[in-house]
Amino acid sequence: MSSHHRGPVLDEGRSSFVTAPDGVRLAVREWGDPDSAAPAVVLVHGYPDTHAVWRPIAGLLAANRRVVAYDVRGAGASDAPRRIGAYTLAALEADLGAVLDAVSPDRPVHLVGHDWGSIQSWEAVTGSALADRIASFTSVSGPCLDHAAHWFRAKARQPRPRGLAQLAGQGLRSWYIGYFQLPLLPPLLWRTGLAKAWPALQHAIEGVPRGSSAPTLPADAVRGLALYRANMLPRIARPRQRPTAIPVQVVLPQRDLYVSPALAGQAPQPWAPRLWRRPLRSGHWAPLTHDGVLARWIEEFAAHIDGAPAAPGLERAQVRPPGQGEASPFAGRLAVVTGAGSGIGRATALAFAEGGASVVAADLDAAAAARTAHLASLFGAPAHPYTVDVSDAAAMEAFAKAVQSEHGTPDIVVNNAGIGMGGAFLDTSTADWEAVLGVNLMGVVHGCRLFGAQMKERGEGGHIVNIASAAAFTPSRTLPAYATTKAAVLMLSECLRAELAGEGIGVSAVCPGFVNTGIARATRYVGVSGEEQEQLRGNADRLYRLRNVGPDRIAAAVLRAVEENRAVVPVAAEARIGSALRRLSPGTLRLIARRDLTPRSSSRRTR
Amino acid sequence: MSNKQQPAWTPADLARFREVQQLAYRCAQAVAAGLEPGTTERQATQRMRQWLEANGADDWFHVPFAWFGDRTVFHRFRTPLQFFPTDRRLEEGMPFILDCAPVADGYTADIGYADSLGGNRVQAQILDDLQEYRQLILEQVRERRPLDQIYRAVDALVARHGYDNRHRVYPGRVLAHQVTRLRTRGPRTVVAGFGARSLQTLGRELVAERIQHRSPLWADGRSSAHAPTPGLWAVEPHLGCRGVGAKFEELLVVTEDDAYWLDEDLPHVNRWKEQAA
Repeated sequence: MSSHHRGPVLDEGRSSFVTAPDGVRLAVREWGDPDSAAPAVVLVHGYPDTHAVWRPIAGLLAANRRVVAYDVRGAGASDAPRRIGAYTLAALEADLGAVLDAVSPDRPVHLVGHDWGSIQSWEAVTGSALADRIASFTSVSGPCLDHAAHWFRAKARQPRPRGLAQLAGQGLRSWYIGYFQLPLLPPLLWRTGLAKAWPALQHAIEGVPRGSSAPTLPADAVRGLALYRANMLPRIARPRQRPTAIPVQVVLPQRDLYVSPALAGQAPQPWAPRLWRRPLRSGHWAPLTHDGVLARWIEEFAAHIDGAPAAPGLERAQVRPPGQGEASPFAGRLAVVTGAGSGIGRATALAFAEGGASVVAADLDAAAAARTAHLASLFGAPAHPYTVDVSDAAAMEAFAKAVQSEHGTPDIVVNNAGIGMGGAFLDTSTADWEAVLGVNLMGVVHGCRLFGAQMKERGEGGHIVNIASAAAFTPSRTLPAYATTKAAVLMLSECLRAELAGEGIGVSAVCPGFVNTGIARATRYVGVSGEEQEQLRGNADRLYRLRNVGPDRIAAAVLRAVEENRAVVPVAAEARIGSALRRLSPGTLRLIARRDLTPRSSSRRTR
Repeated sequence: MSNKQQPAWTPADLARFREVQQLAYRCAQAVAAGLEPGTTERQATQRMRQWLEANGADDWFHVPFAWFGDRTVFHRFRTPLQFFPTDRRLEEGMPFILDCAPVADGYTADIGYADSLGGNRVQAQILDDLQEYRQLILEQVRERRPLDQIYRAVDALVARHGYDNRHRVYPGRVLAHQVTRLRTRGPRTVVAGFGARSLQTLGRELVAERIQHRSPLWADGRSSAHAPTPGLWAVEPHLGCRGVGAKFEELLVVTEDDAYWLDEDLPHVNRWKEQAA
């Protein structure tokens, strides 16, 4: 969705033909400098595509190295044998061998496959014939059929709710595999209009740019059915042991309608010890919709395998030896949390760390940030402390730059840093306003602006969570300044959510109620003496303790907001009640607002 | 010690308490050494029971408990029934806590032993930091600060460390509870996980202490707003960090004007000594 042919205008490439061992002629295209010192990239397309599906990416990759794509047998300008038996994985592997002999006889190549192109490439990657001709493999939406069969069996053998849900998820996506085994009907449907409607369908469902499909589509779609008919049943019924030593990067389109990220991400794990997993916010046809990101990931991976240091994102994507149980939901992600030295911020940073994310823990208090980072690192992924005052625009700019250059663009940013302020509006001085607006509102503005721009530029999506408050929608004479800043954060989040939706960047506002953190002890009450200040803080702290809502609950809500891309998340009963009253009975809220809720009364009277 | 008032317990009594506490920790260590992947909480508690019964325990303050994985932080505990052992299986890298409270000849121990199967970095960090809690509690009891304030000081340290106070999940949110010698007669049965005679004694203590506006349970509420009561306290700071928990539990001797840990030769204390050496 985000990238529409950012690459150079594409030529058709250099065209040639290669003959497979069984005599089938394969049409090959080539781009880029034929004498490039870097190993070539070979791109294998899926069903019902041709090499044309790679054109945008080939154009981008050609800047650095030689790029080769070919029409698989049965598709595009290549020959199409009539026998189904001519489409076995073994025949397809031999085709790849013939192409490699022609384009890169002496040097291993970086192999990239999409859909069926990935399935057949796995055959070569896990086989012995071509293994030493392949330097690396990037797989997009096409698992090794043997790995998939083992994955299905493992999930069914040890039924757990999560595993069964994943199994059902993949089952729903695989309906067409059974359908393709039917006689007559699938080819008939392709011939009677589906082929004509296909480009419009792809555009409507996946956002594939119009004009991407090859003119040979009707014939390709019918002949390509042989791929399913020749291979699916034997491989699923009798899966083989297929390990590989080749480094594999698996790209996991999160909204893939045919291959679930759970299957594509987990199935290779027991078989590929050198594995990288990169979730992508895209549908099945990522090569056409997310060409910019995909080309960058292919180049990053190829360059790393060629010997360059890993880009930060790639480094985080590497699957580490299995730790504890299931795959971690945030493995490979980078989460930035401000105000991470205590309370909700610290709890959130630790929750992301437990979920497998690398964490940047930022706080005004250097020691507290360092402690959070240290605890976070104990969960396995690296964590980094930063000292920053979120209200300082220049400091935030330097912070965002430092994060990007040292660890890459973050996938998740939690703008949490905030301060409490209580007391009447008429007692609140301009300086008080500047202080609370600076941290609570401008801190969030800076975080959203700087990291939002980084995320948009990178084009891989992301998520921003702003910690607002139940005070954002419950007016009160007790907290005018604080509630105003939090209401602004809520509205900012809603507006930004609308703006960034098209970029695949989610924005959430989390609105906690009274949470037992240090904020009660640090809240500044305007218009009272120093002594009274201390007493109010003590009273507030006691009330917050009684309410007994821990920061862990807010952290859990933040993670849920990211996973489910929720817009506004009230946490704790008072927040949900306030949120409901705002809609159902704002008059009630206004009545409550008139009550002075400053915890002024002595502890005895609060009982 | 000579110029200070004696605790209510004679040195001979204290020696017996120390013996039972040693017995309980030996039990935990022996059972922990035999844990392997697949062992369930029920199996672990059964082994503790059998080991203690074979080695001199004749009653329970409470039946042995074992918590594995995120049950070490009492994740989603809503009812006290959830403290009881389950069929949760131990896995490599999983933290566990063994908690047992045997009684021998009326002398009670109550201990908690935290470790993991094959190492857990988060738990190792908590176990290191627990040392500070042991010092803090002792110092503040010696200063005779009110128990609820000490509880809050512990909470402040918990917040500074970035942990979660998990002892507040125990019945009564207790950081510690008093332990005494059982002198009641009656059947040695177990009611709701507690020895019937221990419950009887505890109930009597609750009433007796209530009359003096004190509580045998040490929490952060008003009933703990008094200076430390002389006697024996089983102190159990229990900390959590996400799904990983750790605690120690041991007896603190409180006299009229001083306090000391009953025994310095315990697994967690020896671990800190080794690290310092």
